[in-house]
Amino acid sequence: MKTTVSRRNFIKGGLAGTVAVTALKESSSQAATFEGYPDGMGVLVDLTRCVGCRSCEAACNQEQKLPPPEKPFDDFSVFDEMMHGQKRRTDETHYTVVNRYDVPGLEHPLFRKIQCNHCQEPACLTSCFVNAYTKTPEGAVIYNPNVCVGCRTCMIACPFYIPTFKYSSAFNPRIMKCIFCYDTRLKDGKPPACVEACPQEALTFGKRNDLIKIGRQRMVETPGKYEDHIYGEHEVGGTAWMYLSSVPFDKVGLDTHLPKEPILNFVKDFLGIVPMVLTIWPALFAGFHLLATRKDWLKNKNDDAHEEE
Amino acid sequence: MCTRKMYHLTMAMAVGSMLFWPQAGWSMDAADAPETVEINSLSKSYGGVHFDHAMHTGIASCEQCHHHTTGAEVTNSNCIRCHAKTGEEDSVSCKDCHSSDRFSKKDLLKLEDPKLYHIDKPGLKAAYHLNCVGCHQKAGGPTGCQDCHTITEAGEKMFQTGKFAPAPTAGSGHGGHSSH
Repeated sequence: MKTTVSRRNFIKGGLAGTVAVTALKESSSQAATFEGYPDGMGVLVDLTRCVGCRSCEAACNQEQKLPPPEKPFDDFSVFDEMMHGQKRRTDETHYTVVNRYDVPGLEHPLFRKIQCNHCQEPACLTSCFVNAYTKTPEGAVIYNPNVCVGCRTCMIACPFYIPTFKYSSAFNPRIMKCIFCYDTRLKDGKPPACVEACPQEALTFGKRNDLIKIGRQRMVETPGKYEDHIYGEHEVGGTAWMYLSSVPFDKVGLDTHLPKEPILNFVKDFLGIVPMVLTIWPALFAGFHLLATRKDWLKNKNDDAHEEE
Repeated sequence: MCTRKMYHLTMAMAVGSMLFWPQAGWSMDAADAPETVEINSLSKSYGGVHFDHAMHTGIASCEQCHHHTTGAEVTNSNCIRCHAKTGEEDSVSCKDCHSSDRFSKKDLLKLEDPKLYHIDKPGLKAAYHLNCVGCHQKAGGPTGCQDCHTITEAGEKMFQTGKFAPAPTAGSGHGGHSSH
């Protein structure tokens, strides 16, 4: 598949743009085969086990030293809160929230924890033009506030609406999101605080590859209990956090229309052109401009010469 | 001659003792079990649970909680494939099989064995909760956290409740867009 650019082809092509596009196509086919770090960790969220105790929320707040909540974490009235017609979502003071879903036909409601899903090929990372994001080999998508300029492109890029902006601090731009407890736990091989706090092991921590096997085993050992799908195994190129559910995933607020390809693949060609536009176009159009105005310039020069005579 | 006699005697004793050996081990029944069990080895945010074992033996069968380790023959079609002849175990305590340091590096390393079948064995905390809560939900038993164990000071701090509850004005919340 490797496209080599011979000298002849180069000359044949003529335009620098052609060369750029050829090189671009080559790099896209390489990137599409990246399936994440082989030993990356993840978490399997089993919605059939979650009882909505909010221990994960409390543990997250404590571990990440987030500001105190409006209501105690053992206050379950938050499940009835609606904001602009939507259930609670993550924000600058909550890296994770649990929501209740009353599914018709089910005796008990289901609860779903939301947090960053730590994509294998994160859209936030690829959309960030100052490279504030990093996908670590351990599986976490982490963020460096020191280089962030506060453009919030990542908020738009994220298919799960996870990164949120710290609006309370206008002059110190900072995106707030779950970082898989990377600094304090994951980099030392420890599970994130929410996983450790969960009494029901609704959150199973392990190598992402092992979690997929575990998910499949649960389906085999309890026929009919689960939807035959692990949400996040393939969605947007795969995520480190994945979900098991007893009901269709759209019934518990998960977007079932996400592509299997990383979001990156849809914008890669465009993003690849950006450096070319920024580097070649100024020179190219400056050249056009000079060519177009050369006659005038010559004319002026001649006129000046005549005047001097 | 003496050695032969000794040999016969030994053999007889060995065979004799085999006859009185508990067959396949299912000697223990609910009556032999402790009246109550203090479940408190993991106690941190919540205090231990004073578990009335005797009361529960009237509600559930042994294997509903103890799986194939005690009380009855294995009947589950999936478990019986390997555990049909394993018999009664010496240890029937939850913590003997379910890891109390679940998801630690050491615990996760055990999953590296490619032949391991039980790749999804819950840790001790989840073994308790999944077993108890799962049954309580079906049987209408108590399911609230503090129905079974009292919250500790560390727990109140973590959940920011009780004496650590946020003041009514605390928390920037949702940038003034709060709907309540």
